[in-house]
Amino acid sequence: MITFEHYLILSGAVFALGIYGVLTRRNLVAIFMSIEIMFNGINIALVSISNFINPALLRMQSVETVMPDVALSGQIFALFVITVAAAEVALGLGIVMMIYRRRQSVDATDLVSLKH
Amino acid sequence: MISQILAWAIFFLPLSAFLIISLVIRPFVEPRFPSARKASGAITISALLISFVLSVWIMTTIEDSSYLDWDVFSWITLGSFNLTIGILLDPLTSVMLIVVTGVSLLVQLYSYEYMKDDQGFSRYFSFMALFTSAMLGLVLARNIVQMFVFWELVGLSSYLLIGFWFFKPSAAAAAKKAFLITRLGDVGFLIGILYLASQGDTLVQAVAAEGLEGVKKFNPLDIVHLNAFAGEFPKFLAAGLVTQGIFTWVALGLFAGAAGKSAQFPLHTWLPDAMEGPTPVSALIHAATMVAAGVFLVARLFPVFETSVLSMNVIALVGAFTAVFAASMGMVMNDIKRVLAYSTVSQLGYMVLALGIGVPAVAMFHLFTHAFFKALLFLGAGSVSHAAGTYDMRQMGGLRKVMPVTYATFMIGSLSLVGVFPLAGFWSKDEILATALNQSGLVGVVVVACAFAAVLMTAFYTTRVIILTFHGEFRGRQGSESHLSANKAQDSHAQDVHLAESPFLMVLPLIILSIPAVTAGFLANPINDTWGLGIIPAHWFSHLLHGHTVKFSMTAASISTLLALIGIGFSYLRYAKSSRVQKKDADEGLVYRVLSNKYYMDWLYEDVVTVGLFYRKICTILYWIDRFIIDGLVTLTGWLVKSCSPVIVRVQNGQLQTYGTGISLGILGLVIAYRVLGL
Repeated sequence: MITFEHYLILSGAVFALGIYGVLTRRNLVAIFMSIEIMFNGINIALVSISNFINPALLRMQSVETVMPDVALSGQIFALFVITVAAAEVALGLGIVMMIYRRRQSVDATDLVSLKH
Repeated sequence: MISQILAWAIFFLPLSAFLIISLVIRPFVEPRFPSARKASGAITISALLISFVLSVWIMTTIEDSSYLDWDVFSWITLGSFNLTIGILLDPLTSVMLIVVTGVSLLVQLYSYEYMKDDQGFSRYFSFMALFTSAMLGLVLARNIVQMFVFWELVGLSSYLLIGFWFFKPSAAAAAKKAFLITRLGDVGFLIGILYLASQGDTLVQAVAAEGLEGVKKFNPLDIVHLNAFAGEFPKFLAAGLVTQGIFTWVALGLFAGAAGKSAQFPLHTWLPDAMEGPTPVSALIHAATMVAAGVFLVARLFPVFETSVLSMNVIALVGAFTAVFAASMGMVMNDIKRVLAYSTVSQLGYMVLALGIGVPAVAMFHLFTHAFFKALLFLGAGSVSHAAGTYDMRQMGGLRKVMPVTYATFMIGSLSLVGVFPLAGFWSKDEILATALNQSGLVGVVVVACAFAAVLMTAFYTTRVIILTFHGEFRGRQGSESHLSANKAQDSHAQDVHLAESPFLMVLPLIILSIPAVTAGFLANPINDTWGLGIIPAHWFSHLLHGHTVKFSMTAASISTLLALIGIGFSYLRYAKSSRVQKKDADEGLVYRVLSNKYYMDWLYEDVVTVGLFYRKICTILYWIDRFIIDGLVTLTGWLVKSCSPVIVRVQNGQLQTYGTGISLGILGLVIAYRVLGL
C-alpha cells in the first residue's frame, strides 16, 4: 500500500537530490538539469497533495457542495509548472549559450563577478 | 455684531504686509528700483492703520461675552486629543488690540522718518509687520498651544529686531541673550502646557460627571473652557473629582514663561541689553507690547491662577521684588534707554504684583496706560539721541531750549510714569497701591513696602533723566564729526550732533502719544465713581474686564504723591548742579557700585553660572563622557568590524553555489527549528 507519506518522501528526496546537484555540479547545463529534477520533486508533491487532500474537508464542508474541478486544481497547477519549466529552460539555455560565447567556458566556479 | 472675518483681518493684514515685503519687494522689486523701499513702510503703515480702525471699532462695539461661541477649527486630532485654533474675542482682547495696533501704528510712523537712511529699511518694516501680526495672533488666540506658537513667534521677531544692526557685536550678543533667557522661561511655559495636557483626561471626566455651564464639548487646552472650569473649581473640588493642587504646576509653569517675557526677576537681565535695537523697536516691543505679553498671559488665564494660592503668592512677591529691584538699578544708569528699560521692568513688576494680589483688571489698566507713556518716553529718547548723537546722559543737557516739543512730551510721559495727579499713570498706579494696602499677612506687608519704595525710586530716576537730559548746559561734543558720519547709514543713528528739533514725522507720534498719556486714566477714573461726575460711565474699563472694581483710595494716593515729591526733591538737589554729573564712578560709594553693576547679576549669570558652573564643571564631565564612553563605543564598533572582517570577507567569494548552500542550510535550519525543536 502506497500512502500519502510515501509520495511526500519521494517528492522530498527528489527535491533534495536536485538541490544537491545545483550546489555541487560545476557545469551550468548539469545545474540546469538539477533544477529540472527539483521541479519534478515539486510536481510529485503537488499531484499527490491534490489527490489525497480534499480542500472541502479542510474547510469543514460537505463533499457534495464542492465543485469537482476545485479538487483538481493541484493537478492543473502541476501542468502549469511543467509548462513554465519548459519556457524557463529555453530561456536559461539561451543564457548559457551567451555565457559560453563570451567566456568559452560553462564552468560555474569561473563565474565570480558577484564578488565585485 | 462683530463678524469673524474682520477679527481675523486684524491679524492677517500685518501678516500679509510682512509676506508682501519679504517675498516680493525685497527679493524682486528693491534690487531694480531702490526707491521701492519707501513702499515697504507705506504697506506696513497702511495695513496697521486698517487693523487699528478695526480694533477701535471692536473696542466700541464689544459686548460682554457674546463672541465665545465663534467657530473653532480643528488643527490636529489624535484620538481623544484635539488641538483647535480659533479667535477668542472678549474685553481683555479688545484692550490689548488697541494697545498693540495703536502703539504699533504710531511707532511705524516714527520709524518711517527715523530709519529713512538705513540700508535695511525694508527689512526693518517686514520684521515690524511680522512682530505686530504675531502679537495680534497671541492676543487673539483661543487655544493655549496656539498662543504658545505666537508667543515664540513674538520672541523670534524680538530677536531679529534687537539684532537688527547685527554687524555690531553688542547688538548680536544682546539679541542672543534676549532669545536664550526668554527661552528659559518658555521651557516653563511648555512644561505648564504639557502638564495641563497630561491632566486633560481628569478634567474631561470631571466635566462629564458634574457638567459645566455654557460648554458643550470640553477641551482642556481651550482657554474659554479652561477658564470656565477654573471658575467653577470649588464645585469640582467638593465633588472630589480634582485635587486642590491640580493647577499649581500649570500656573507656576505658565508664570515662568510670563516672567521670561515680561522680564521679571530673575529673568530680567535681557531687557536692558535689548536696548541695542533701534529705538522705535524698544518703544514698541520692549516697552509697550511684547513685554506686556507675560502680564496678558496671566490675566488671560487668571481663573486658573486664582485656584492656586501658592502661585498667586509667588506672582505677587516676584512682581513686588522686581518693581523695587529694577527701579533701584534705574537710579544709577547713565544710558537714557537703559534707565527707561529698568523703569519698564519695574512697571511690569507693578502689573505682575497686581495680578498676584488678585486684580487682573487693575494690572491690565496699568498695562494700558503704561504702554502709552512708556512708548512716548522711548520715542522721546530716540528723538533726543537724534539730536545729541548719543544715548549717554552725561553728554546731554540743556536740550529743552532746542527741542521744546520733545521736552514737553517727554515731561508729560515722565510725570505720568511718576504718577502725578491727574495723569494716566497716577490712576492706574493708585489702584494697584490701594489694592496692595488692603492685603493682609506677611505677603501683603512685603508687597506694600516694595510697591511704595518703588514709587520713591521711580520719582528719583525719572527726575534725574529729565535734569540730565534737558536742563543745565549741553555737555556733549559740538558739531558733527566727519569720520563718524561717513558710516552713519551703516551704524546706529546716534552719531551726529545737530542740536535741533526732530522732523515732523518723529514729533507727531510724540504729540499723539502724549494725549493718552494724560487722559487714558480717565477711562477708569475713580473720581467718577467717588464724586459721581458721570462724564464717562464709572469704571468703564473695569467693566470691560469683568468687575474687580477698586475704589479710589485717598490714603494710597496721598502716600504715593508724598513719596513721589520726596523722590523728585531729592533727585533735584543731587543733580541740579552739573558738577555732580561729571563725577567719576569710582568716587561713588559701595551702594552705587553695586547698583551700577546691576547687582552683579550679569556677572553671576555669565561668569559664575555659564562659564564657571556650566562650561567648567558640567561640560567637563559631559566632555569626559562623550570622549571616553560615547566615542569609546564608536571606536569599539569600528575596531570590532576591522578585526572580524578578514574572516568574514572569505564568505563573499562570488560563487553562486556557496551562497545557494548557505540559503539551503538556512532554510533547513529554520524548518528544523520550527518543526523539530518547536520554537
